[in-house]
Amino acid sequence: MEAIVDQTAKVDPMNKVNTELSKENPEAHDLSGLETVGIPFTDTAKMSMRDVNVFYADKQAIFDVSLDIGQNEVLAMIGPSGCGKSTFLRCLNRMNDTIDICSVQGSLKLEGQDIYDPKLDVVPLRARVGMVFQKPNPFPKSIYDNVAYGPRIHGLVNRRTDLDEIVETSLQKAGLWKEVRDRLHSPGTGLSGGQQQRLCIARTIAVSPEVILMDEPCSALDPIATAKIEELIAELSENFTIAIVTHSMQQAARVSHRTAYFHLGKLVEVNETEKVFTNPDHKLTEAYITGRFG
Amino acid sequence: MDKLNLDQHISRQFNADLEELKTQLLEMGGLVEQQTINAVKAITTPDSDLAERVLVTEEEVDARELKLDENCTLVLARRQPAASDLRMVLSVARITRDLERMGDEAHKVAKMAIHLNEHGEAPRGYVELRHIGTIVHQMVISALDAFARFDVDLAISVAQEDKKVDQEYKSAMRELATYMMEDPRSISRVLNIIWALRALERIGDHAANIAEHVIYLVKGLDVRHQSLQEMERQVKEQ
Repeated sequence: MEAIVDQTAKVDPMNKVNTELSKENPEAHDLSGLETVGIPFTDTAKMSMRDVNVFYADKQAIFDVSLDIGQNEVLAMIGPSGCGKSTFLRCLNRMNDTIDICSVQGSLKLEGQDIYDPKLDVVPLRARVGMVFQKPNPFPKSIYDNVAYGPRIHGLVNRRTDLDEIVETSLQKAGLWKEVRDRLHSPGTGLSGGQQQRLCIARTIAVSPEVILMDEPCSALDPIATAKIEELIAELSENFTIAIVTHSMQQAARVSHRTAYFHLGKLVEVNETEKVFTNPDHKLTEAYITGRFG
Repeated sequence: MDKLNLDQHISRQFNADLEELKTQLLEMGGLVEQQTINAVKAITTPDSDLAERVLVTEEEVDARELKLDENCTLVLARRQPAASDLRMVLSVARITRDLERMGDEAHKVAKMAIHLNEHGEAPRGYVELRHIGTIVHQMVISALDAFARFDVDLAISVAQEDKKVDQEYKSAMRELATYMMEDPRSISRVLNIIWALRALERIGDHAANIAEHVIYLVKGLDVRHQSLQEMERQVKEQ
């Protein structure tokens, strides 16, 4: 599954954080003592994170973030570039393990199980917590093989007919089946951008994950393809728990149940999405979503 | 979040758009406030020319309602405002509607003024008209001030005044009904006064609505259809 790791992860994240921090006036943003406002915790937590701190070498990117993601919830994470939202998302299936200088502290649990337990194998973890990246990244294989890849390597099927069924069901759930049923053995890379992204979603759900992480899944797509993905997110939330990082506030407002606002590595506010976009509790959230100087 | 910082957007055009909405609304409010005071003067003085001016202003108020609605639609379509900006646009649209209706009510009072001038004065009711007219006029001014200054306390005082107007209105109704029973020949003219009082009372209701929209704008609380005590409690708790 290592092959799925997004290319953007290779950008030096420490450099990114430094650049963003240096743009800010530190006096205008004294966030020491900042406590998350709103409702970061739920009674139906699928994933529970407590006091999470993330470092790139000696540079801290995430500060004491505590947050639950509820069962069948769509949680949107928003915030300016370099605020740590993608870093935090990547912690949720240990995608940051691929970055040597990255260290994660705190408690991160999936249904009570510590996902950073050294004895835990990350491969099955990433099957349970799947990820969809910003840029559609289908394998240079056929549409069928893209979706069948996960079930094959995880040994989820023994018979060809079972695999066919998983491929069909996954493509149907991803809303792509009707468009590709006649060309399952054509290359996945020959699809349009929106179709490729839905293929990646089909590939993710083929291994029956419990949680799907999406890192700006629509930023490379046109509005029609975006609308299809958003529609899909609503449908998928019936069966999966979803955490989505997005730069589009309208997208967060449209698809999510709760919205979390990150600022300079801190979790400023988590609230019902309706509340965040009509009357947020924190002035930094208000400044960000209304396009004001924060 | 009492201070709305409407001029703090990264987009200066967005600052200008919102400021323009606010200015246009206050201009429309100024017209309606003038209509209210002129209508009360026209019926109590009496002065048919002044009443005619109220009728003419009504057309201007209607035109401004259309313009403000259009501008609110444009801001929504272009900017997709959120949080306090969204509440600002929604409040302006709602207040515009109330102002237009206040204009309609002032129009009714002016018509009664002309009618009474043509058919002879009513024997009673002018004291009540002046009294309620003064309170309602002040409510209109305060409601617009509350909007201009995002002043929740002032908005609450407008809602409190509305209770007073309701009581004064009921009391005037009782007195005028008694008078009509005693002197049935006066019924037609006293009814004109009653219609005018009713219109003023409605202007007070709309001013109270504006106060509620101001509370929504500043606090994000929807306090419509609630008792005054409940409204005060919610505002205090936040």
